[in-house]
Amino acid sequence: MSAALVTVPLAIVGGALRVSAPFLFVSLGECVTEKSGRVNLGLEGTLVMGAMAGFGVAHATGSPWLGVLVAGGVGAVFGLLHAWLCSLPRVNDIAVGIALMVLGTGLAFFLGKPLIKPTAPQLPALELGGWSDVQAVRAALRINLLLLAGVALAFALRILFDRTKVGLIVRTVGESADAARALGYNVTRVRTLATAAGGFLAGVGGSFLSLYYPGSWNEGLSSGQGLMGVALVIFSRWDPVRCLYASLLFGGAGALGPALQAVGITTGYYLFGAAPYVLTLAIMLGTSSARRTLAGMPAELGTAR
Amino acid sequence: MSPELLRVDRLQKRFGSFTALDDVSLEVLPGTVHALLGENGAGKSTLVKCIMGYHRPDHGQVWLGDREIAPRSPRDAQKLGIGMVYQHFTLVPNMTVAENLVLSRARLPFFLDWAKEHRHLEEFLATMPFQVDLRSPVRSLAAGEKQKVEILKQLYLKSRIVILDEPTSVLTPAEADEILGLLHQMARANEVSLIIITHKFREVTQFADEVTVLRRGKRVGGGSVKDLTPAAMAEMMIGAAPRSESGPPRASTAGDVRLRASLLSADDDLGLPSLNDVTFEVRSGEIVGIAAVAGNGQEELVEVLAGQRQSRAGRVVVRDVEYRGTRAALRRYKVRCLPEEPLRNACVPTMSVADNMAFRSFDEKPFAVARLGLSRRAIVRRAERLIGEYRVSTPSPDARIGQLSGGNVQRAVLARELEGDVEVLVAANPCMGLDFAAVAEIHARLRRARDVGTAVLLVSADLDEIFALADRVLVMSEGRIVHETTPATADMRTVGQFMAGHAIEA
Repeated sequence: MSAALVTVPLAIVGGALRVSAPFLFVSLGECVTEKSGRVNLGLEGTLVMGAMAGFGVAHATGSPWLGVLVAGGVGAVFGLLHAWLCSLPRVNDIAVGIALMVLGTGLAFFLGKPLIKPTAPQLPALELGGWSDVQAVRAALRINLLLLAGVALAFALRILFDRTKVGLIVRTVGESADAARALGYNVTRVRTLATAAGGFLAGVGGSFLSLYYPGSWNEGLSSGQGLMGVALVIFSRWDPVRCLYASLLFGGAGALGPALQAVGITTGYYLFGAAPYVLTLAIMLGTSSARRTLAGMPAELGTAR
Repeated sequence: MSPELLRVDRLQKRFGSFTALDDVSLEVLPGTVHALLGENGAGKSTLVKCIMGYHRPDHGQVWLGDREIAPRSPRDAQKLGIGMVYQHFTLVPNMTVAENLVLSRARLPFFLDWAKEHRHLEEFLATMPFQVDLRSPVRSLAAGEKQKVEILKQLYLKSRIVILDEPTSVLTPAEADEILGLLHQMARANEVSLIIITHKFREVTQFADEVTVLRRGKRVGGGSVKDLTPAAMAEMMIGAAPRSESGPPRASTAGDVRLRASLLSADDDLGLPSLNDVTFEVRSGEIVGIAAVAGNGQEELVEVLAGQRQSRAGRVVVRDVEYRGTRAALRRYKVRCLPEEPLRNACVPTMSVADNMAFRSFDEKPFAVARLGLSRRAIVRRAERLIGEYRVSTPSPDARIGQLSGGNVQRAVLARELEGDVEVLVAANPCMGLDFAAVAEIHARLRRARDVGTAVLLVSADLDEIFALADRVLVMSEGRIVHETTPATADMRTVGQFMAGHAIEA
């Protein structure tokens, strides 16, 4: 039993480090978009498109990093498409997002048919557990470079929002389109760029799925990471660094079921699979109040257009 | 750098077939305060919006010094040194005062060194006679403080010509005097020229040098303020002598207690205590005025009474029964409410005037049919009657209420709230931003409600209004009732001091 006390937390840490990158990239991307006052619910589709495109390019060229870049580019194109549709009169960003989610997933499945069999070169990982003889420790501490990039990006984005001109402009557009217009900023352009950047990051998150973990392309590759990433932004109260914590927490909680199974606790496996959602709900309940407004929410979100 | 002469030359602006501005000229001499007087819809806003680059005039020119200017946006105007303080604040609520000020600058460095910015801003503030906390988010500021930030923003941007749209509507008389006095001094020192849009003659006679009076888009008079009496200006403005604002004095015939709050406390949206142990009574047939500067707990008080906010502690009793502001209780005890900014707080802007007028009673006979259905005919018919009675100017009962002007929204909501017999009416700043005629009418309606036995709680930042209407006056400051008096025995200055929280108990 004492072995389980070590194994289970270790597996959870390992799980957090292995699976949280897609959550992280999608939530950071959505965070950028939402800070500008627009919601892009279509990031699940963008993620799957990114996964497919990244895998295809890596397979064809042999370079996984080129795959990541192309995945980001495809994501940015989807972001631009969303932004362009939303800039038309009487178009609702939520509805466009749902449409693009379906379009992205469907298009990826269609274009990705020939990619189901082949393999592609994988993204490299750092072996931070090399000091240990224990296999489980080594496995847990194998960290992908892309995750590290995501961690750095979370902190960079916080700096961007807090102490740069660009961040201040994006926040102004997200907080009050009227004020931004009065200051002479082009609200549509800022939102378009923020949505494209968000799409880029979601695409990169997708490439992590196909090029590292699980590391192949098939139609069941994404299990809703794109949708959850969007939700995590609310959970993180629109703070990039909290997006990082939320992604790790979510990834770790998701590893609870498999970890318990590994030490022989199989009862309630599917129940433990619900752990991330239960945990998220519990934290939301604990930190919200009916009497206070939700802190941090950009004021332009949810205004009917 | 001193301001230049601003000259508006025969400006004309049409919207469709409606002439908003017809051949209007005016001159703002450097270092003067120029008042722009006129009722709502007289063209004041259109005029300043043409100067600010919101609208392009159809004819006529604007000259700054010896150059003709045609700004295409407020940003352009800003570059020319012309700034405006709007009635609706343009600050970003979720950002701090410092962020808002920095944001307004034309040029920003890529990396913002907030420590340095704060230092600069503090140095700037040290030269200003009023202070605001740079680190507070704007949403937590009272309306008066927001107004100060707006004015500070213009001075921070070094605007030479500042246009103020009804700058004192949210301030206490003392604050208004302070701010206008300061601006007046700055004009005297030839640092700025000011254009002040206002309804208040006191401000014109006390602080303005020149005045231009507009009526229905035309300049109907003006000149040097010292040559004009308020009566003369009023006559130009509305085309006749103004009606007396205060009603006939009335012997108090207050009846039994209708509304009683005891030790009532509540929190604001951020969860901070904003209403603390407030106790008062309102009797049938009296108007109790609550005088308070915006942000001193009276908003929360009104929301608790209207059922829009939960109280933290204390009790509200209506007719000896504990009252919690549910729809059933509001109906049973006939408690009605005219909140501040009714379009935002008591209407659905995209629904029709008729629907909005039916909110209180659509689920009762004759509007409800067999519990689930609604009778459109009954709703529209009743709306037509109320529209006529309250002279709501609307294209039809089916027009969206959001399209109506402020005064008409106010009338429509008042019509809804005063329909039937009302035992308790809570009115918050019922005349904010309305013109003379509308104010006089709403005041008359409130008096009439009192005279038929309604207990009226009137919350207002406008002391003139409180003194004109109330039988008793309570002063709130920082969430507490700090003073009680009657209009007959009190003077405005003392009350103003209590409102500002400066008064020392004698």
